Amino acid sequence: MRAVHLLALGAGLAAATPALANESVLKGIANPAEQVLQTVDYANTRYSKLDQINASNVKNLQVAWTFSTGVLRGHEGSPLVVGNIMYVHTPFPNIVYALDLDQGSKIVWKYEPKQDPAVIPVMCCDTVNRGLAYADGAILLHQADTTLVSLDAKTGKVNWSVKNGDPSKGETNTATVLPVKDKVIVGISGGEFGVNCHVTAYSLKDGKKIWRGHSQGPDSDMLIDPEKTTSLGKPVGKDSSLKTWEGDQWKTGGGCTWGWYSYDPKLDLFYYGSGNPSTWNPKQRPGDNKWSMTIWARNPDTGVAKWVYQMTPHDEWDFDGINEMILTDQKVDGKERPLLTHFDRNGLGYTLDRATGELLVAQKYDPAVNWTTGVDMKTGRPAVVAKYSTEQNGEDVNSKGICPAALGSKDQQPAAYSPKTQLFYVPTNHVCMDYEPFKVSYTPGQPYVGATLSMYPAPNSHGGMGNFIAWDGVKGQIKWSNPEQFSAWGGALATAGDVVFYGTLEGYLKAVDSKTGKELYKFKTPSGIIGNVMTYEHKGKQYIAVLSGVGGWAGIGLAAGLTDPNAGLGAVGGYAALSSYTNLGGQLTAFALPNN
Amino acid sequence: MLYTKKSALGMAAAALAFGMVATAAVRAEDAKPADASLANKLDPNAKEIDDKVLAASAAVKVEDGKYKDKDGDPTFHIVNDGKKVDWFTYSGYRRYHAECHVCHGPDAMGSTYAPALKDSLKHLNYSEFMGILAGGKQDVNSSDQKVMPAFADNKNVMCYADDLYVYLRARAAGAWGRARPGEKEEKPDSAKTTEKECLGG
Repeated sequence: MRAVHLLALGAGLAAATPALANESVLKGIANPAEQVLQTVDYANTRYSKLDQINASNVKNLQVAWTFSTGVLRGHEGSPLVVGNIMYVHTPFPNIVYALDLDQGSKIVWKYEPKQDPAVIPVMCCDTVNRGLAYADGAILLHQADTTLVSLDAKTGKVNWSVKNGDPSKGETNTATVLPVKDKVIVGISGGEFGVNCHVTAYSLKDGKKIWRGHSQGPDSDMLIDPEKTTSLGKPVGKDSSLKTWEGDQWKTGGGCTWGWYSYDPKLDLFYYGSGNPSTWNPKQRPGDNKWSMTIWARNPDTGVAKWVYQMTPHDEWDFDGINEMILTDQKVDGKERPLLTHFDRNGLGYTLDRATGELLVAQKYDPAVNWTTGVDMKTGRPAVVAKYSTEQNGEDVNSKGICPAALGSKDQQPAAYSPKTQLFYVPTNHVCMDYEPFKVSYTPGQPYVGATLSMYPAPNSHGGMGNFIAWDGVKGQIKWSNPEQFSAWGGALATAGDVVFYGTLEGYLKAVDSKTGKELYKFKTPSGIIGNVMTYEHKGKQYIAVLSGVGGWAGIGLAAGLTDPNAGLGAVGGYAALSSYTNLGGQLTAFALPNN
Repeated sequence: MLYTKKSALGMAAAALAFGMVATAAVRAEDAKPADASLANKLDPNAKEIDDKVLAASAAVKVEDGKYKDKDGDPTFHIVNDGKKVDWFTYSGYRRYHAECHVCHGPDAMGSTYAPALKDSLKHLNYSEFMGILAGGKQDVNSSDQKVMPAFADNKNVMCYADDLYVYLRARAAGAWGRARPGEKEEKPDSAKTTEKECLGG
């Protein structure tokens, strides 16, 4: 049945004219005045060519205008700007506002879906949404309840909507979508609920489902071709996933797909990471649990996987592998190569050849990382340090001092890349944990976790819970590192003005020099920032904008800090509750240089 | 609608009814004055003691490692200057930091989207706690969308409901601080049996 389906797809492809990326998206990406994707461009560089605001004048930045979203939950992602309209999204209930920048950001239309509030508690760690995408005159919203909606960008009227999953089984959505060619590609959340996660392509025109590829299970479910899909250059072979799970545990296997997606129009491949296997108790799911924790390269028309690479086989720490894949063309050993750089939750920064999936670099991007001594570049496997192995220590044993913590050396907060400096700018977490796995039973729609965690700032360090670093992806080295008191949970933006922007949990918008990391400007917005900084140009003027609204995973430690401030877990002063610094909010702040 | 599970609610109701009966049965007896071995010996430097909650949660008897207050509700027992806890406080800590902390924060301190249970448990009694745990809670209005799921059919939660209650009660009373319990009483045989029967297979 599945095989026939695949064949039919192949035949359909041959007949269709090979469409280029998506013209409206490419046009929007080429125009730095606009932002049509959350990731700024298909390559996920989060780099803007705008340079009116630069390293020498950014210190003069002022608030130009503000907008309240009316929602007090964690605000991830960023607004979009298309022409004179800015599109702002909110966390649950997932409101979309279209603001006319020509009319003092007047609300032109507002879309507010009706969603069952019962979806709220099924979402792990707050009701965030990572934003909209624009393609072919439509605004694409993937709601918390997994309803994918296409809205007429001019009027806000619903073109079509389709349901991607079932929240009563723990299937929810927090991610943005990737419009490619005549399709829109979407992921799903629910790793803590034992969901068998997948990526799905829908028709951009009418929402018709085109293909779906799971992260685990039979080859036909995963859209893996045993002979052609490779891992580190070799075909994966038959039943590459089934062989690595006990019985039918893959059916509740997780491997969720809620990260940012990138696309290479030339290679015609899109890239994303699959998340942790369910449960968090490794003892309960023997095997490598493929293809969870994996970097995927798939064809957007057929969904068929070109290559895969599993970063953390048999996860023992919830190092959910969903973080973005940043596509750059750089010289390696004197030769120009198509690269993919990925900062994994597991604390390793990976550089691969994105055409072949060849592993080039795997190095720690936080020196605190201790669960592995490094990756065998031939087999691609990380060497696990026994002391920090929750599998080896076993159930009901508290494995202490594991770095990074489950939220990873970096979570969803996307990094940026400047082609001018050839450096990646990475907001990171500097947090360690104790982790104790134990037996759990599976109930559909109920959490399926199976581990007790406690987290604290990395011991014997600067006492803070984050760093903002510059990373050389070819060398696999930190170029500079700025300590942050709290996890740097907002996405970075690099610009042609040699400035890198990011937001902090206390609510600061910060601008630093792209070469040295020197702080050039900061402004405290009304609430903690977990959103991504964006830039746009309107009537010849460059603006920087960011959503404030603390929450998400980061909001868990808000009330009082992650651990007792008096317990002295290596924290040297400075460490205190985030609630002493900020409060809930939901606001957009736009900055510009003063008029002379 | 999607989330209303009739059998689950039935199970919850049964659990609640059972709780009530047990409570009533204990109340019928005369609560004996606390004997010295049941008294807590807390950390002398504990800063967050709530005298009222602490007094109300005093243990009056113990059955196979499970401590009960004068109403027959489960409670904590902490000795050795706040260093040693009963099994259920320990087990509750562990279960809390697997099932509850992703919303209610570490050490029951709350988060940006769920209340601090160390405060909630100052006024919620045992049956109210069990009712919310099994049936969930919704607080949805124009400015707030707080929703707690019904855990009635989640064995990972319901089989440890008493453990969670005992741990959170210790947090509310200020008898246990922001830390993982170290020294603890042995796992009682009855806890092993109950766990096995409750989890099944």
